[in-house]
Amino acid sequence: MEKSYYNPKDLKKFGDIAEFEPKLAEKFFDYYGEVFKEGALTAREKSLIALAVAHTEQCPYCIDAYTEDALTRGVSEAQMMEAVHVGAAIKSGATLVHGVQMMNKVKKQSM
Amino acid sequence: MIKSLKASGNKLAMIKNQLKVLAGEPFQTELPTFVEKLKPLGQFPLKPNKLEIFQINLGYMCNQVCKHCHVDAGPDRNEIMTKQHLERCIEILRVNKIPTVDLTGGAPEMNPLFRWFVEELTKIGVEEIIVRSNLTIIRANKKYYDLPEFFKKHNVHVVSSLPYYQAGKTDAQRGDGVFAKSIKALQELNAVGYGIEGSNLKLDLVYNPNGAYLPSDQAELEAEFKKNLKKDFDIYFHNLFAITNIPISRFLDYLVASDNYEEYMEKLVMAFNPAAVEGVMCKNTISVDWDGYMYDCDFNQMLDMKVADKSTQHIDDFDLEKLEVRTISINQHCYGCTAGAGSSCQGTVA
Ligand code: SF4
Ligand code: SF4
Repeated sequence: MEKSYYNPKDLKKFGDIAEFEPKLAEKFFDYYGEVFKEGALTAREKSLIALAVAHTEQCPYCIDAYTEDALTRGVSEAQMMEAVHVGAAIKSGATLVHGVQMMNKVKKQSM
Repeated sequence: MIKSLKASGNKLAMIKNQLKVLAGEPFQTELPTFVEKLKPLGQFPLKPNKLEIFQINLGYMCNQVCKHCHVDAGPDRNEIMTKQHLERCIEILRVNKIPTVDLTGGAPEMNPLFRWFVEELTKIGVEEIIVRSNLTIIRANKKYYDLPEFFKKHNVHVVSSLPYYQAGKTDAQRGDGVFAKSIKALQELNAVGYGIEGSNLKLDLVYNPNGAYLPSDQAELEAEFKKNLKKDFDIYFHNLFAITNIPISRFLDYLVASDNYEEYMEKLVMAFNPAAVEGVMCKNTISVDWDGYMYDCDFNQMLDMKVADKSTQHIDDFDLEKLEVRTISINQHCYGCTAGAGSSCQGTVA
């Protein structure tokens, strides 16, 4: 057993998930590949969305992969950080907007 | 200013030490060597096609000391091609009718015979003259200010490095103030007609990654460069060539010093594209060094891997027939030419 939960080398083994269940893995990787192709959004725009979501999901593998992808595409540091801020703003906004739910309940149950 | 590896006494200035790194891990255990990769494709030994490009290195002297430079060029390098060798090159080009001459360095314009040489090339009717200009040379000294006009007069195809369309990454790689001077030089080239849509004065830019990663889609990068250079500086150019940094010389030093070497080599090997092998530069190029020796490419020149046929290693013994059937010398650095969409002096190849 590994001594830590995350190992950078595991990212390269992502495809190995097919070992335990090939059919679903194949469907997933096909889908994944299709999603990131140039479409109504450019591959570059999709890469930046992925970078932002990688941060909100706090997935070290995805952060590693999509930072590298952004670098290879010539995305600037400022653009990368703005993408992370978009993710952070949505995360914090989503937290804060639930404050209304809290307030609703407080107000309903208070005199 | 940083110094060349040679001037700073860096151990990688000794070529045998670079070859030692390339022969070591991860190629001892984990990864296949370039030879092992080519064999099953039937591409070993690697053979050239017709010779189309005669690339001449006019000297290692340069006004810049870029961190990634595979030539280890700089102001402290004084190796420079003499008139005797230049005359021999003209003779070779005249007799053998090689269509393209590619002038490189260092900064080729710093060779005092540069203009004379371009004029002579024009006289013998070479089809295409390419100059790999670092741009800043045009602004380095008054005596170079008229280079755009000179290039125009001889219809020279200008190919220039610009690693990014903003100052930060460009200066980090090429030195403080390089971006601002490069922009000024590009505007001057545009002003005489270079790089404008429809103009036959060709101006192409070369992009290379600013670190231990590979370039992605050339067309996407070109679109970004075009959009941003036009918007911010009203600059125009024709094509962008996305090239991969080859793990030799100063870039190799950077990879080793920053602990990125093994991972970078792994990236190159993983991205190996069999379709790119047919388009590698050495297939149609001969590279000549300042001292008249010939190599399969500029990178082999820097590793002192001369063309394999000993009877035609120097321009004084130039033999086209023998050169066109030679065996190309390869090593692990060749993975840089075959990763992803491939990489050559003309950008991607596959
Ligand atoms: S301008 Fe070119 S030759 Fe000069 S140091 Fe930079 S990369 Fe090397
Ligand atoms: S490094 Fe030189 S010899 Fe090797 S593949 Fe590239 S062009 Fe050919």
